[in-house]
Amino acid sequence: MSERIDIALTVNGEPVERRVPVRQNLVDFLRVDLGLTGSHVGCEHGVCGACTVAVNGSSVRACLMLAVQADGAIVTTVEGYSQSVPARALQAAFEQHNALQCGFCTPGMLASALEYIEAGGNGDRQAIREHLSGNYCRCTGYQAIVDAVASVAGGGP
Amino acid sequence: MKAPDFAYRRPTSIREAIALIGEGEDPMLLAGGQSLMPMMNLRMARPDILVDLNRIPELRGIRDDGHIVIGAMTRYSELLASPLVREHLPLFMAALPHVAHPAIRNRGTIGGSVALADPAAEIPALLLALGATVVLQGPSGERRVPADDFFLGIYETAREADEIVVAIHVPKGGGPFGFYELARRHGDYAMAGVAVALSEPRIAFFGVADRAVRAPAAEAVLRGRNHADPRVLDGAIAALDLPFGGDLHTSAETKRHYAGVVLRRALAEPWSELVAA
Repeated sequence: MSERIDIALTVNGEPVERRVPVRQNLVDFLRVDLGLTGSHVGCEHGVCGACTVAVNGSSVRACLMLAVQADGAIVTTVEGYSQSVPARALQAAFEQHNALQCGFCTPGMLASALEYIEAGGNGDRQAIREHLSGNYCRCTGYQAIVDAVASVAGGGP
Repeated sequence: MKAPDFAYRRPTSIREAIALIGEGEDPMLLAGGQSLMPMMNLRMARPDILVDLNRIPELRGIRDDGHIVIGAMTRYSELLASPLVREHLPLFMAALPHVAHPAIRNRGTIGGSVALADPAAEIPALLLALGATVVLQGPSGERRVPADDFFLGIYETAREADEIVVAIHVPKGGGPFGFYELARRHGDYAMAGVAVALSEPRIAFFGVADRAVRAPAAEAVLRGRNHADPRVLDGAIAALDLPFGGDLHTSAETKRHYAGVVLRRALAEPWSELVAA
């Protein structure tokens, strides 16, 4: 039986308290314990970016962080984006530019793109590509994704 | 996959962390987790005690003590945002954007990279090029190991099992600098890379051998000569007598070729591209 530890954190603006196994990844905690299945589990070793969420305002791989490490943190997932003006703008731009096909990578793409926008990133396509370089889209829809991010950042089509 | 089970401890001081290391048969230190967590998820690492260093304030931060002191748990994103690093360690500013991707840089730490000693990682080569010192703390106190004596082989360092990397001391100066990295895709593991401090000079390669390595013979060719002279540069490249090693994708002979390519490119325009592609 795995060791368990009590954690208290804020997820999408709401306080959450749970007792978690110490070996549980943050993304599994979000999906299984909280039912927030918008964050996806892809490779589980930090390569694909599908599980990217914001922890204390910075994008992180939720498969490379333990739930217990998020004790005291502020976590934002794609389910919390309705509270954020730039996030809603990004979601609308993804829809407008057809920046998703199967949608599996989209929550992680949005998390990385949102960090770029909130840090004041501009419409420079190379800079956008570098910021999104850790997020895989296996439908190969990168062109449209960069279009969408650039349109929100300014300077895009 | 998910990590196998372990006992989890989160000390709040270095002293407490060192004591906890002694409690396990196979303890491991969790820094940023951007290499250890994948290894645990893939079940290549199976610590019985995981000692999480993320809640130890004395391991954090960057300060100016004549040299730049960087706490081991300082994250790549914090280094990139630091005015001290920007002013005094331009080689870091050139190299760190090549370290993986933003979400990894938000968690990964300089001490974690130093302790892991991945042969393709940028940080060990930066520390060699800048003549940095690794500060270790263990049950019998603190000791300081020059980067030149720290990296011993693939994932092998001079750190003892009961020691923690607590800080890195990096001298100021040493410029002008050069840096170049070949990767299949931005942020991927380096196929080959080099960091150069031209004043001494110190040349350190990564991704071409079983560890980050200095190139003393090439340094001797460049010392006191003009690196922009093609004959000098060709001589330095011809003198590269490193312990080249192949990997899954590349033979040792090709690594030797890459080493010449990256050195030539790093010295072509030292610092024209601070945030290189």
